Amino acid sequence: MKLDRRSFLSFVIGGAAGTAVTPLPWKLMDDVSIWSQMWPWTPVPADGAYTYVQSTCTLCPGGCGIAVRKVDKRVVKIEGMAGHPVNDGGICPLGLSGPQMLYSPTRVAGPLKRIGKRGEGKWAKISWDEAVAEVAAKLSDLRESGHPEQLAVFNGAGRGTFSALVDRFMTVYGSPNLVRPATFEDAYEMAVYRMHGQQAMVGFDLENANFVISFGSGVIDGWGSPVRMIRAKSLWKDRKVPLVQVEPRLSNTAAKADRWLPIRPGTEAALALGLANVILSEGLFDRNFVDYYTNGFEAWRKMVLDGFTPEKVAGITGVDKDFIVVLARDFAKAGAGVAICGRGRGATPGGLDEAMAVHSLNALVGAINRKGGVWTLPGNEEVNWPEVETDETAANGMQRPRLDGAGSGTFADARSLPNRFFAAQADGKADPVKALLVMEGNPLYTQPGTETVKKALDRLDLLVSFSSLMDETAAYADLILPNHLYLERYEDVAVATGMATTVIGLAQPVVPPQCNTRHAGDVVLALASAIGGPVADAFGWDGFQACLEETLADDWDALTEKGYVVHVAQPSHWSEAFPTASGRFEFAGGYQPVPIEGDKGAFPLVLVPYDSLRLATGPAANTPFMTKTVGDEVLKGKDVFVEVNPQTAGSAGLGEGQAAVLSTPRGQARVRIHLSEGIMPGLVAMPGGLGHTAYDDYLAGKGVNVNALIGPVEDPASGLDAAWGIQAKLAKA
Amino acid sequence: MSTKDDHGHAVSGDTADKKGGATILLFFILGFAASLAIGWGVFPKLLYSTKPQPFNFDHALHNREVGDCESCHFFREDGTFSGVPTLAQCTDCHADVMGETEDEAIFVNEYVAKEREVPWYVYSRQPDCVFFSHAAHVVKAKMTCESCHGDIGTSTSLKPYQENRITGYSRDIWGYSIAGFKTHTYDRMKMDDCAECHEKAVGSVDRAPAPGVVSRHFRQEVVPAIYPLDRQAATGSSVQTRRDACFVCHK
Ligand code: SF4
Repeated sequence: MKLDRRSFLSFVIGGAAGTAVTPLPWKLMDDVSIWSQMWPWTPVPADGAYTYVQSTCTLCPGGCGIAVRKVDKRVVKIEGMAGHPVNDGGICPLGLSGPQMLYSPTRVAGPLKRIGKRGEGKWAKISWDEAVAEVAAKLSDLRESGHPEQLAVFNGAGRGTFSALVDRFMTVYGSPNLVRPATFEDAYEMAVYRMHGQQAMVGFDLENANFVISFGSGVIDGWGSPVRMIRAKSLWKDRKVPLVQVEPRLSNTAAKADRWLPIRPGTEAALALGLANVILSEGLFDRNFVDYYTNGFEAWRKMVLDGFTPEKVAGITGVDKDFIVVLARDFAKAGAGVAICGRGRGATPGGLDEAMAVHSLNALVGAINRKGGVWTLPGNEEVNWPEVETDETAANGMQRPRLDGAGSGTFADARSLPNRFFAAQADGKADPVKALLVMEGNPLYTQPGTETVKKALDRLDLLVSFSSLMDETAAYADLILPNHLYLERYEDVAVATGMATTVIGLAQPVVPPQCNTRHAGDVVLALASAIGGPVADAFGWDGFQACLEETLADDWDALTEKGYVVHVAQPSHWSEAFPTASGRFEFAGGYQPVPIEGDKGAFPLVLVPYDSLRLATGPAANTPFMTKTVGDEVLKGKDVFVEVNPQTAGSAGLGEGQAAVLSTPRGQARVRIHLSEGIMPGLVAMPGGLGHTAYDDYLAGKGVNVNALIGPVEDPASGLDAAWGIQAKLAKA
Repeated sequence: MSTKDDHGHAVSGDTADKKGGATILLFFILGFAASLAIGWGVFPKLLYSTKPQPFNFDHALHNREVGDCESCHFFREDGTFSGVPTLAQCTDCHADVMGETEDEAIFVNEYVAKEREVPWYVYSRQPDCVFFSHAAHVVKAKMTCESCHGDIGTSTSLKPYQENRITGYSRDIWGYSIAGFKTHTYDRMKMDDCAECHEKAVGSVDRAPAPGVVSRHFRQEVVPAIYPLDRQAATGSSVQTRRDACFVCHK
């Protein structure tokens, strides 16, 4: 008996047949499928008893209440807080994916000092004492040299106690150069200042409105307090409240609106005045309000009647004149109609003429400080600290003009003009600042015209970032003094953006700090005490928490327990609402469009940015979870798609999915084409929130940062950035 | 026409064929037998590794002391099931050594004193994709713990934990019989075992819903028992499909 080929085969076949009647193949198949469905390296949330911490989300100015679910010491889920006046259980994709930020590998593990070139990514770990000492030394130098104004702070935190602390620090230190990111609220507040004679915040009582015109505001795309707006939109649907969306692109909001009016971008103010024209000529305005509580009506009325007939406005805006007439009538007759403005999320202020035109339209129908209208509200009333005592150095420093020109001369009623700040710092004609502290902000990514911002930063001796995550500005900084993340710290959110009630929320530590971070409030206090003298004396608190507890005194217990308190605001009656010279509401403004940047000949198209709730555009960047929700027609692999009308694409010889080079006077980028009938010909729409260079592989290098292609355009009336787009061209790649 | 030679050749060819056939058959049988031995004997031994528990636990003793399963394996206020007790629960009683066993000494010295959770191997741990509600079974359907977990409450020692080297789950899920046979309801914990019990409970053996059966798993009569308040009878548990859906049991 020898083992020949046939016997061997027979052995194998016998083996195979035998195996088939053993559990081996079937069991293996089962086990392998279990293994492959549950890869052992896939993280699974811990199992165990749930506990909840009531807190507030500070990832955007929305001010949502959150209920953070924990198992042991680990955050496993963030839910919207049920019953919260802003979001009542709702939450947006960014807020929902907060745990990915908390446990992100891109968190800055502790204080870092740059050892390579700027932005090279070479860091040395330093201690907190060294970090504070180093910043304090530079700050002391500037003060001793008699130029405290050469310190600037870019503070993106909201209106809470922390910002008040930073304000106080700057005052006692002696620098007027406190810069905040500007949004549509800045333009709106400036309009209110001119027309009401009052520095006030604006709230919109949208839940009680019965007809809403949105001049490009992304009602469900992140405008105002995003979750509150989505709830308002559902409420309107239930109550059959019409929403009219005026916008050149079929955004999500436009798609869900009852009417969508595509308009030539940048002509929204003309449309608002066109509507006013119809309301005036048909006598549909609120006579009681106009007759008894306003001033300058006749002149304004003449301007509107002469210059903004439906025919003329149709010519300017591209909106059919009959639509204008019908819309004006519906709006005026609704009884509780309200108009809002601020494009997309409202992250760019926009022209002052637009805010004033829209506010006049609201005033015309009496929608000021009344149910369902626009309310002016006092700002943060919690902070009532004693006046600071400044020394001569500080007093002199505070006398010097701000680098951005806000608060004096042409821009006397502006409070902060970040676009002008970075431009002035970059061109270096004015005395530049030497040190910049960036708190809760990422200007190198979020400010339109990132090249200019970079140049501005290059002129600094010292750039300090307080970021918890390694964002673009932190990566470019000289020192990083990482703040606790919002889930690890106390912070009050004084008012939710655009709400008509004053909701004060408290973010509180849900987990102990995961990294060697420090509360930026404590770092400010430590800097003050290291600088010494009157700067140190201005702060009597042991730490930020003590400061916060004292400031919020009466509300503290309620805040820590429930996470929020509501101060029901009663807007003033018309007879007391307008502290102008006349004591009345001032009709003012007109249509002064600010031309966008670029030569129409060389750049025949117009690039407009657009916003979506799936892409975070602010200092809090997209989480991996959010990026997964972005559709293939927006981002595929590393390629971003721009939306173009087939007609426009056709004349450039471009088809669906094709690669193209998009150029603007600010730069150029490789993009791909997505054809859409939902965008006006001649426009190219690009989503914001992509094209990060910092962070990790989930985000870096995906798409293009629209802020690198668009720059700010200064509104001569306000100094604010009025850019809504930029001239552009598309060519085959 | 064949010649003698041919014939002779044929004869000898036949014999050779027979011999060859027997060899082949023998090898076939050898291969068959070897694979049976491997499949039934060696494979299960290779598939599982035996891991000792951190220390022994005497369920019977604890049962006598506390009186029932629920004292340690309880439902939390929110309706979720606590499962294996946490250190904090144990230290309610075991802040110090109470008895004389070596196991308790290990527990107190290694875990209580060092505030470390005991890394128990859990025999009934299911993959993460499984959604299982103890409340629905124990509270609503009034099943006993033993139906799925066996008479563990009377055991004085923990059996060795056998871990599947591929999946990482306990051998108890597939069951100790490698062929997948079982004699008790608690011998296995695979999905088919869930289905079997659900089918028995509703009297249906057909996978396609029989008349009166809402789905593979539920008969119409049991729907109100399982969802007494918030679901109408015969709508199944899924709001979307009005049937029972995969996500009832799968995450
Ligand atoms: S809308 Fe803003 S505040 Fe609300 S959950 Fe989202 S990120 Fe947070």
